[in-house]
Amino acid sequence: MRRLARSAVEGQTGQVRRTAMMWSIYLNVVVQGVLTGLVYGLMALGLSVIFGVVRVVNFAHGEFAVVAMYAAFLLFKTLELDPLVTMLPIAAAFFVLGFALQATVINAFIGRPEHDQFILLVGIGIVIVNGLLMIFGPDAQPANLSYGFDSFPIGTLMIDKVRVYSALAAVAIATALFGFFRYTETGTAIRACADNLTGAAVVGLDVKRLYAITFGIGLACVGTAGALMVMIADAAPALAPAFTLLSFIIVIVGGLGSMTGALIGGVLIGVSEALAGFMIEPSMKSMFSFALLIAVLVLRPRGLLGRRA
Amino acid sequence: MIALWRGIDRRSQAVLALALAALVAAPLVADRYLLSVLTLIFYFAYVGQAWNLMMGLAGQLSLGHALYVGLGAYASALLWFYFGIGPWLGVFAAISIAMAAGAVVGWLGFRFGVEGVYFALLTIAAAEFTRIAFDHLDFAGGSGGLFLLYEERRLGEWWNLRGGQMLFYYLALALACGSIALAACLARSRLGFHWLAVREDEAAARALGIDVFRAKMSAVLVSSAMTAVGGVFYAFYYNNLFPAQIFDISRSIELMLAPIVGGLGTIFGPVVGAFILTPLGEALIALTAKLGIDIPGVKAVFYGLTLIAIIYFRPSGVWPWLARAIGITGRKP
Repeated sequence: MRRLARSAVEGQTGQVRRTAMMWSIYLNVVVQGVLTGLVYGLMALGLSVIFGVVRVVNFAHGEFAVVAMYAAFLLFKTLELDPLVTMLPIAAAFFVLGFALQATVINAFIGRPEHDQFILLVGIGIVIVNGLLMIFGPDAQPANLSYGFDSFPIGTLMIDKVRVYSALAAVAIATALFGFFRYTETGTAIRACADNLTGAAVVGLDVKRLYAITFGIGLACVGTAGALMVMIADAAPALAPAFTLLSFIIVIVGGLGSMTGALIGGVLIGVSEALAGFMIEPSMKSMFSFALLIAVLVLRPRGLLGRRA
Repeated sequence: MIALWRGIDRRSQAVLALALAALVAAPLVADRYLLSVLTLIFYFAYVGQAWNLMMGLAGQLSLGHALYVGLGAYASALLWFYFGIGPWLGVFAAISIAMAAGAVVGWLGFRFGVEGVYFALLTIAAAEFTRIAFDHLDFAGGSGGLFLLYEERRLGEWWNLRGGQMLFYYLALALACGSIALAACLARSRLGFHWLAVREDEAAARALGIDVFRAKMSAVLVSSAMTAVGGVFYAFYYNNLFPAQIFDISRSIELMLAPIVGGLGTIFGPVVGAFILTPLGEALIALTAKLGIDIPGVKAVFYGLTLIAIIYFRPSGVWPWLARAIGITGRKP
């Protein structure tokens, strides 16, 4: 009788301990998802900024992210420069690239039918992703950072260092961007273009130049995000379309054109992918993202935080 | 059909008849390789036409047409694989399934006012969702793929699409010609004019009493049904299906290249585009192989550059310009 009682009690504490462990695993997954999601969010922020202002949908977004990944990867392999350092020169280079692209090619497509713009950017995307395929081959290439497998133990949680660093960097860049749009003259002018294009042109803003700057900023975002992504994922050309779609999902869930929406959407998608990958088969996790995208498109086309359609 | 033929001028009649006669006679002189290239051209002209009906005529951009190719291919291949039901019956299953999928995508999109960019994304999402679903459908082979047996003894069964290059050559030719005739009929029908009206100005079309939802829905249904037939062709021509290949977004892009290059919304655009792109792609492959720089991606980079150049310099495509150059107006003066 007594033995039976004792074993019952032991069973209960064992159950409690096991439940606590399950919870801490889930919490771990969620935290990792949030951190990855912030990097996703920065990538999507670029897409959102470009769409919000230039009204052009960058169908080559993920392709640019992968170019940045390879840039950071090569800089790390050859010069041993940490992606946290190289993200700044990469961002600068991507700004120039974006500015030039908008100034030379895309500005000619402003005012043309939407599908012309799609096709142009789809074409640019095809060239980039297959160019990468020609240069680097199809295999995924890990960067292998020296602290790649270290983690911060917080209580029962073990949080990857790389994710913490990359998420912090993503938040820092996003904050800087918020500041730029809020407090600088150029940032205000760009917002004016987004809010009222005719009005902006009437008061004498150089819309084409501002568009070029905006596209540059958008690409700088995706460049930084790509550089940070090297820390948490292996570089491969096949990632490009997946990243493009991921950015779209995030931006649409968060609301196209909304900057906070992009970050929050990134976190949402990061967490849902991490949880889905943990609870069911990892290869099925993006099915949830696509289902979510369809649901949001149909039920709330302005996104969760979007202002207007 | 006869009305269509009578409706075009003599010069176009002559060009059409000559081209058709040359293509029907081609197997007499062409070797296997050339026939395979021509087959590919017809295939792309056919599925390009299907896409063109929806985008070019009705103005609904789909970036997920691989969905219908894949569903059509898998439906007919599975029926053959498990029950030995041949493609001549399987094609009806393929069409119904693809149309059902098209109806879902169209209903979600048009009923809830998902337009432009958002509609394009909806179509991508539907295709990608299905791709991952098929990756996990074990009875369809999952990500490991589905293979149709290539049996020597059944090679003569042309009614089951078991045969050599010649069979598929004529089948593809018939499909391409049929698609042109269908597109020409539709473009001149009441429905075709409804599509054009919706493409040009939806609000105005609605104001004229056109049921916009129905017009767009019919465009998706016609296009998905046609594309599914292309899928059946694909399944029995290549005998292997992988979700990662057939549902992939690059497939969707591939099949819209020909109509864009040839001329969106024109009847002959997809054919002309396919006749330009496919041989150039093949020539490029042959050239790089000869130069020893044959690496994956070359052809796609070239297609991408072509796409950019066409959309930058000649957004209405090659055909309208070519037709003017050789003096074909398409209508009786």
